[in-house]
Amino acid sequence: MNYGPLVFLTAFVALSASWFGFVLTPQIQIGRLTESTNTLNTAELYPKARPGQAAQGLQVYRANGCAACHTQQTVQEGTSIDVYLLEVGTNAAAVSTALVKANVGFTRIDDPGFFLNLPKNILPGTTIEAAKRAFKGAQSAGAKAQIRINPQGPDIARHWGVRGSVAADYLFDQPVMLGSQRVGPDLSNVGARLPDVNWHLLHLYAPQQVVKGSLMPPHRFLFNVAKAGQHPSPDALQVPPEVAPAPGYEVVPKPEAVALAAYLVSLNSSTPVFETPMTLASSATSTNSPAK
Amino acid sequence: MNERSSNQSAATAPDEISLSCRGPLVMLFLHAAFWLVAASVLALVASLKFHSPAFLSGCAWLTYGRVHSAAVNAQLYGFAVQAGLGVALWIIAQTGRSPLPHPLGFIIGAAVWNLGVLSGIVAILAGQGTGYENLEFPFYSALLLFLGFLVVGSGALLAIHSRRERSLTPAHWFLVAALFWFPWILSGAYLLLTVWPVRGLMQSMVVWWFGGNLTFVWLSLVGLAALFHFIPQILGRPLHSRQMALFTFWTLLFFGSWTGIPSTAPVPAWIPALSAVMTLLTLVTLLSAWTNLRQTNSGGQPLPGNLAPLRFLLFGLGMFQLAGLMRIVLSLPVLGHITSFTWFAPAQIQLQSFGFFSMVMLGAVYFIFPRVMGSGLSCTKAPLRHFWLAAVGCLLVALPWAVGGVAQGLKLADASIPFMVISHSTLSFLRASSLGEVLILVGNLMFAMNLLMTTTRCASTFFLPAFLAITAQTPKAEVKP
Repeated sequence: MNYGPLVFLTAFVALSASWFGFVLTPQIQIGRLTESTNTLNTAELYPKARPGQAAQGLQVYRANGCAACHTQQTVQEGTSIDVYLLEVGTNAAAVSTALVKANVGFTRIDDPGFFLNLPKNILPGTTIEAAKRAFKGAQSAGAKAQIRINPQGPDIARHWGVRGSVAADYLFDQPVMLGSQRVGPDLSNVGARLPDVNWHLLHLYAPQQVVKGSLMPPHRFLFNVAKAGQHPSPDALQVPPEVAPAPGYEVVPKPEAVALAAYLVSLNSSTPVFETPMTLASSATSTNSPAK
Repeated sequence: MNERSSNQSAATAPDEISLSCRGPLVMLFLHAAFWLVAASVLALVASLKFHSPAFLSGCAWLTYGRVHSAAVNAQLYGFAVQAGLGVALWIIAQTGRSPLPHPLGFIIGAAVWNLGVLSGIVAILAGQGTGYENLEFPFYSALLLFLGFLVVGSGALLAIHSRRERSLTPAHWFLVAALFWFPWILSGAYLLLTVWPVRGLMQSMVVWWFGGNLTFVWLSLVGLAALFHFIPQILGRPLHSRQMALFTFWTLLFFGSWTGIPSTAPVPAWIPALSAVMTLLTLVTLLSAWTNLRQTNSGGQPLPGNLAPLRFLLFGLGMFQLAGLMRIVLSLPVLGHITSFTWFAPAQIQLQSFGFFSMVMLGAVYFIFPRVMGSGLSCTKAPLRHFWLAAVGCLLVALPWAVGGVAQGLKLADASIPFMVISHSTLSFLRASSLGEVLILVGNLMFAMNLLMTTTRCASTFFLPAFLAITAQTPKAEVKP
């Protein structure tokens, strides 16, 4: 290779190929997503743009490099499939025969206790084919069954999200800050876990007061400590005595802090979408009783 | 003994080619040394925050997220690319046996580049960073970087064009590709992120594409060019195989440019899978470079006085292998899921960017600087001491991070261990790495002081006689009435 132009050509071809592969092709696939009803079981529009204050909070998150310590991506490692028997119907013998015939691992079902304590997971962690056969068999024998699909993985077990993150979750963010390190916990669903704005404000002001042993540095520069005066600010933060300012002073969050808290509360990607199939918990235990 | 003789051999007057390099290289290397020190100070500040979260937390400019990005960007754009350009100019001028055309142009280009880096670092600390990893500089700083690189790079291409020695060496291939590669990826990334912004996760795709092409391909192109040039030169023997170097070059370009997508990325699965395959294939790049340079090095003795540069270069070669292997681990599906999001990833970046690239550049600068200044270094023992400080420091940073990262990843995979317990278990590793940061900082300070004092001494020996000659009183006898 003794010609400069040949070296140039090699480099040009190599870089263009990777650009076509990793920029242009993904742009065609995921760059043109729009708000749509691509959701499971509901007609909800998803994704939605963040409300104004949360969109400003995204810029506070960017300016202070929060992504250096926090990721915003729930990783899902496959799914597990369960078959639940909801009601056995009138003919338990026919149901047990149908389940045995479905060839899903039952050789005989003669224990009458099998049909007690419904709804019950009769095929935990099975394959989708076996689940479909068992479901059809049970239905044909007059029982009510349900196939439940549960996203799996340590992140989901930690309750950092109900499903893996997908491209649609980030559609309206500019910039998208996925983060690459978990010095602190994942934040992709922090709004679902911790929906209280005041919790976030206090956590930003004095992290160690709210989460014992937290490694997060306090972000006091997002707050004003001012004299309370005749008319104390209605926005003043209720701070515990350990970190309270001198008597007569109050801690008032700056607009940046309020926006950042609004952004954190808006982080919630629990809407089920077709890319990550799952059975909604609510559809399984539909009830009118208030949440505990 | 060796050091002294190098001092004498390098003290011979520089030829026309070295003289033409003097202005641009002093400009590039002194600024690179400044940014290297700045980056290690910022990295140390960031590291100290793990000893006490409240350390310097009252000031928005010094909050962890900003200081950390500023350190990474100062290291990448302030030191790595700048020193890489300087070393590239030297190799091009020396192997082409022709002086650099228009030295002033290079100096102006370097000034624009440094203005870009300065404005970018200040912007990050002021909260104006873009939020994209490795691309935190705002658009105006990136524009200055682009223009600065364009000026220096086109000058370098002109120098290659006007070379007297017509045959191209392996180092030339790598450098020509690098000179085009950087402006392409920089403009490609910024156009798609700021001028015609793409939506949603496409931003991350562009950032990953850029990151892989800068931190792996570009750094490897320039670092390997330096290794292929200086190791044979220091040993006084030819490169083992030109064909194998060509193989390294092609595989680096064609496989390396497809790497960089994390295995956990929330994008369609074919993208991380393809990236993992290509990252695995970079194994042949690593092995061919290793075999070629080991064969060149085996049994060789460095020319007198070049022990320190050779050690820097060989250490860099070793770290190139280690960092490359860790990169493959990060990209694979199972291993990558354990190690991603942990301190293993920063350890890989540290080895790639400091252990490999910076060490190779430091060795090259210690080789070049006495020759371009026409006098020995101000302190001839300093390079070897710097080598030990930098090598031990680099390993003291990267090894605790890597080991702590694997432990952290295994615990993260077990949801029964509370997150706070995992965070606290990494602390002892992080605190140990602060010691490494201190060693690196001391070494870098020695490097910067050495270059500065050598330059001022050279300047004073150059300017002082001239100044005295100008201001000398003209003897009365010669004044004609």
